[in-house]
Amino acid sequence: MSRVNPQGEVWVFSEQQGGRLHDVGLELLSKGRELADTLGVPLAACLLGDKINGLATDLIRHGADKVYLCEDLSLAQYQATSYAKVLCRMVEAHQPQIFVLGATPLGRDLAPRVASALRSGLTADCTDLQIGEHTEPATKETYKNLLLQIRPAFGGNIIATIVNFDRWPQMATVREGVMVMPKADAKRKGEVVRVECPFGAEDLPLRLVKRQTTAKKVDLKKARIIIAGGAGVGSKENFKLLWDLANVLGAAVGASRAAVDNGWIDKDHQVGQTGTTVRPALYIAVGISGAVQHRAGMAESAKILAINTDPNAPIFSVANYGIVGDFCDVVPKLIAAIKAKG
Amino acid sequence: MSFDSVVLIKQVPDTARVTGKAMNDDGTVNRSALPAIFNPEDLYALEAALEVKQRHGGTVTAITMGPPPACEVLRDALYMGADRVILLTDRRAAASDTLATSYILSCAVRTVGKVDLVFCGRQAIDGDTAQVGPQCAEKLGLPQITYLEEIVAINGRQIVARRNIGNGYEVVECAMPVLLTVTDTFQEPRPYAAKAMLKCKHARSRLELEREAAQSMPGSDEKARAAAVDQKAAELKRRGLLIEQWTLDDIHADLAWCGRDGSPTKVKRIQSVVLKGSGHEQYQPTEGDISRLVHQLIEDHTIG
Ligand SMILES: Cc1cc2nc3c(=O)[nH]c(=O)nc-3n(C[C@H](O)[C@H](O)[C@H](O)COP(=O)(O)OP(=O)(O)OC[C@H]3O[C@@H](n4cnc5c(N)ncnc54)[C@H](O)[C@@H]3O)c2cc1C
Ligand SMILES: Cc1cc2nc3c(=O)[nH]c(=O)nc-3n(C[C@H](O)[C@H](O)[C@H](O)COP(=O)(O)OP(=O)(O)OC[C@H]3O[C@@H](n4cnc5c(N)ncnc54)[C@H](O)[C@@H]3O)c2cc1C
Repeated sequence: MSRVNPQGEVWVFSEQQGGRLHDVGLELLSKGRELADTLGVPLAACLLGDKINGLATDLIRHGADKVYLCEDLSLAQYQATSYAKVLCRMVEAHQPQIFVLGATPLGRDLAPRVASALRSGLTADCTDLQIGEHTEPATKETYKNLLLQIRPAFGGNIIATIVNFDRWPQMATVREGVMVMPKADAKRKGEVVRVECPFGAEDLPLRLVKRQTTAKKVDLKKARIIIAGGAGVGSKENFKLLWDLANVLGAAVGASRAAVDNGWIDKDHQVGQTGTTVRPALYIAVGISGAVQHRAGMAESAKILAINTDPNAPIFSVANYGIVGDFCDVVPKLIAAIKAKG
Repeated sequence: MSFDSVVLIKQVPDTARVTGKAMNDDGTVNRSALPAIFNPEDLYALEAALEVKQRHGGTVTAITMGPPPACEVLRDALYMGADRVILLTDRRAAASDTLATSYILSCAVRTVGKVDLVFCGRQAIDGDTAQVGPQCAEKLGLPQITYLEEIVAINGRQIVARRNIGNGYEVVECAMPVLLTVTDTFQEPRPYAAKAMLKCKHARSRLELEREAAQSMPGSDEKARAAAVDQKAAELKRRGLLIEQWTLDDIHADLAWCGRDGSPTKVKRIQSVVLKGSGHEQYQPTEGDISRLVHQLIEDHTIG
C-alpha cells in the first residue's frame, strides 16, 4: 500500500496496442497536465509493451514531463496480470499521488487489478476530474488538494463526486472522448525512465488463440459534437445538410436506426441500443422522434438540442434545448449563425 | 472431468426505471421506490456456470452479499438450477466500496473451498463500475477473463473463451482456476425450471424466518418466536431448503478491510440528473433565436 504523498507526481496510463497509442491515453495527458500544474508536480506517463520506445517522444510532445517505460517481449500482448505487475512496481517505487487510466475495455480490465493489489481506491468511468478540498463529515477534518473524481452512476441517473483521502494513489478511470485531445508540441522535452520487471509463467496465464477486430468507418464515441439525423430527414440528399452542419462544427454525423434502415447512411453511424452509445458534449437530434432504444444511446450527452416538427416528440423530454420546426429551415439558419460567430 | 463453479450475484434496484419519484430532494436515490431485480449481467454469469455444469458435470454455488431481501435472487438462482446458495449478510459490510466488496466476496469464495471457476457479471447496473470482478480475481490470486461471451471449449483443465473487446473479439485459453466476468452478449439465460420452482419457492434464510415469525406471531414472547423459528429452520434444513446465511465471522474476514473502514473511496456529493429532461429551453425557428442559441453554446464552451 502506498502512503499519502502530496509531493507525488500525477500519472497517466498510455494505452497502446500493436505500437499505436490509444487516443484516450493522449486525452488523459491534457487533463493530467492541468492537474499537475495545479498541484505544482510533474506529469508522467506509463508506457508498457514491446519495441514501443518511439511512442515515448509522442507522449512528451503531448504534455508528459516523464515517461516510465517498460519494454519486454512478454508485454507484446496485453494481459491484466503482467501489466498490473509492472504498474504496481512503478507505483511502489515512485509513489505518485494520482494515477488515471482510460475507461476502455482494456483499462477497465487492468485498473481494478492494479488498485486491488495496491489496496487503493478506484473511481470508475469519470467524466471530470478536479483538484479541490473535502471535509469529512465524521471527523470534521479538512483535506486540501484532493482529486475530486466525478462520475455518473445508477444507470446515468446520478452524478457522484468521489474522494479518496487516506489510501493513495488516488486512482480513477476516465471515459473516452470526454477530455480534450492536447496539441503536440515538437519542442517539448522530457525524460524517459526505463523500468525492468522479471516475468514468470504465473504472470502470463492467458494464451491468445485468435483476435478479430474491425476498424469502424466512423468513431462516434470520440466525437465531441454529433449531428444525428432520423426518419424526419427524408432522404439521402437531405442528409447532405447535416454533413454541412457537421463540417462547420467539426462534428461527426450520427443517425437513428430508421435512417440507417432507409439506406441514407452506413450502419456504423447508428446511435442507440443496437448501435453506438455516445456521450458527446453536444448532441443535435434532427428529425428523430426519440424512441427509448435511441435515447439509450445518447441520453447521457452533456447537452442535447432537438429539432423536430412535432412539439410532443419524446426526444424533447431529454433535450436541453428545443426548436420546433422543419429542419430544412432550421439547419441552414444554424449553419449561418455559427459561421457568423466563428 | 467435472467442475465446481461459484457465481457472484447481486440484487440491484432497476435503474432503467428511475423516475423523478425515485430521487430524494437531496439528490440521493430512494431505493425503496424502485423494484429490486437480479442484476441483468449476473443472469448471464449464472447461465455460463450452469452451461458448464450441463456439459461437464459439477456444481454451481451462488453467493450474494446484501440485506436479507437479497434472498430473492438466490431463490431465482435455485429455480434456474443452482445447487447451493449462500446469503452473505452483515451490517459491518455496509457502505463497502468495490475494494471492500471484492475483499469480502473473495473471503466467501475461499470459504466455499475447492473452486474451478468463479463467474461474475461484467457490471452491476447500480454502482456501474465493473470493478468487483477483476478485484476479486486479484484478491484470490486468480487469472481473469473479462467480457466473456462464449465458452468455446473446455479441454481437460484448459478453458478456451471468447471475450468481447469492444471493437471485436479475442479467443483466449487459460488453465483453471480462473475468474470470468460475463456480458449480456453471452447466450440467453435459461428459464426457470418448473420443478425447481415448486420445490424451492419455500426456501428461506434464517433472517427471513425470523421476520416472518415476527409478522405471523404478533405479541408473542421472544422465546416462543425463537422456538418456532428453530423448528421451521430445522424442517427446511431437512428438505435442503434452508438458505445458508454467513456473516463476516463465518468467512474469517479481517474487519479492517470491510465496510466503511475498508473503503478508500468516499462519496462526497451526489447530484440527480433525472430531472434534466423535465424542462428544456425552447427556441423559435427564427434567425434571432437561433443566433441566441449559438451564442449561448459558444459562451459555455460547448462549441467553438
Ligand atoms: C430491439 C430494438 C432495437 C433498436 N435499436 C435502435 C437503435 O440502436 N437506434 C435507433 O435509433 N433505433 C433503434 N430501434 C428503433 C426505434 O424503436 C425507432 O423505431 C427508431 O429510433 C425511430 O427512428 P426515427 O426517430 O428516426 O424515426 P421516427 O420515429 O419515424 O421519427 C421521425 C421524426 O422526425 C420528425 N420529422 C418529420 N419531418 C420532419 C422535418 N421536416 N423536420 C424535423 N423533424 C421532422 C417527426 O416528427 C418524428 O418525430 C430499435 C428498435 C428495437 C425494437
Ligand atoms: C453513486 C455511487 C458511486 C460509486 N462509485 C464507486 C466507485 O467509483 N468506486 C468504488 O470502488 N465504489 C463505488 N461505489 C460503491 C460500489 O457501488 C459498491 O461497492 C458496490 O457494492 C459494488 O460495485 P458495483 O455495483 O459497481 O459492482 P460491479 O463491479 O459493477 O459488479 C460486477 C460484478 O461483481 C459481482 N458483485 C458485485 N457486488 C456484489 C454483491 N454485493 N454480491 C455478489 N456479487 C456482487 C456481480 O457478479 C457483479 O455483476 C459507488 C457507490 C455509489 C452509490
